[in-house]
Amino acid sequence: MFSDFDFDVIWRTAPYLFRDGMTFTVTLTLLSALLGLCLGTLLALARISGGKVLSTIVTGYVNLMRSLPLVLVIFWFYFLVPYLGQWITGAPRPIKVGGFSSALLTFAMFEAAYFSEIMRGGIQSIARGQSSAGLALGLSGGQTMRYIILPQVFRTMLPLLLTQTIVLFQDTSLVYVLSLTDFLGAASKIAQRDGRLVEMYCFAALVYFLICFLASQAVRRLQTRVAIIR
Amino acid sequence: MSYHWNWGIFWEASPEGTGTYADMLWAGFLTTLEVSALAWILALTIGSAVGVLRSLPNPWVKRIANAYIELLRNIPLLVQLFLWYFVLPELVPEAWGDWLKQLPNAPFWNGFIGLGLFMSARVAVQVSTGIAALPRGQMAAGTALGLTLPQCYWYVILPMAFRVIMPPLTSEMINTIKNSSVALTIGLAELTARTRAVQEFSFQVFEAFTAATVIYLLLNLAVTSAMRAFEKRLRLPGYGGS
Repeated sequence: MFSDFDFDVIWRTAPYLFRDGMTFTVTLTLLSALLGLCLGTLLALARISGGKVLSTIVTGYVNLMRSLPLVLVIFWFYFLVPYLGQWITGAPRPIKVGGFSSALLTFAMFEAAYFSEIMRGGIQSIARGQSSAGLALGLSGGQTMRYIILPQVFRTMLPLLLTQTIVLFQDTSLVYVLSLTDFLGAASKIAQRDGRLVEMYCFAALVYFLICFLASQAVRRLQTRVAIIR
Repeated sequence: MSYHWNWGIFWEASPEGTGTYADMLWAGFLTTLEVSALAWILALTIGSAVGVLRSLPNPWVKRIANAYIELLRNIPLLVQLFLWYFVLPELVPEAWGDWLKQLPNAPFWNGFIGLGLFMSARVAVQVSTGIAALPRGQMAAGTALGLTLPQCYWYVILPMAFRVIMPPLTSEMINTIKNSSVALTIGLAELTARTRAVQEFSFQVFEAFTAATVIYLLLNLAVTSAMRAFEKRLRLPGYGGS
């Protein structure tokens, strides 16, 4: 069963797997988490304190993203972004967009919907008295949000935001459908080139498992530390 | 925009020679339904069992249940599907491996098993959370009435716990449908895969994707409203909601 398991192929290709593949995966995860969080926070604010029209549009967007499979959304953006780029820049034909930019935009837009739900939950969980107190002190609505509400929301929601980022880390493996070389993509290229499917996929599974497991244990530990005792 | 719209494309014959493009999407939709329904049954069965084990007082049983959950939650679904599809047939004895490889419709069975097990870990977490959310007195009352532990679970704890976790279970159900699209990577011709095929044959990218989007939205809507109605029917007087 494991008699012809070739550890050497893993050893030989590890530099490629990690330098090319894992770097891509981690960069994509971190950048889209950051962009998604910024956009998601804006969406949450628009949904809570924007006008009726704006909050209806945002709600529609969030619900749409949350009810579509990520694979479909990846394809949507992959084909749509060149046309959007053309429309925005006024170029004569659809612009060329690299695989990484397309994936980054997709994940940022997709995760924004999920992050906005977390942020919205967080904002609504802050006692109303706090924003009243801020306003009574003479802060504007924006200042109250920025200096009083949001810092607390980020703190209480940090574990959830990080958990969502771990999910995102796993989901970035789906760029496989665009044949990009993320960690799994790199492993699968070697697997097919050398006919070593068993070794490469087992190794990929092990690496994903270790990273996600350790990260989620760390988040669990963090959770007990950042909890605000009320 | 230089894109050429053609919404009539769905009624044109597809080059596969078996019907129109709409028929292709319909076939994909049916496959999505089948694989998701089977995977959901598997996820619910195993997930409930593991969730119950996780709620038992025995630390070893709890540890095994936790290990199962962590293992399946921390590996991306795509990688898990590859493990089932590419790796498993090589690891079992050769005769079994050959049988697995020659299985007609292998992507379907692999997709169903892989997706079902992946979702079972999430269901297990929900079930054990639901059990933990019940007041301790329920179990005590059950045992005081002379029920055995399995009877307590079957007649008292589980019926209550499932009512509590109905909303999260509904969203896991929808997640199962959404995640079934990942199985296109192992060659399952489900809705997203068929949409891609329509797009590749006809070059009508946005019509095809719009159709798929609408179908997924309607499917979500159908599942959510059916589950909400179900939840309402099951609701017990005096407990939550209403």
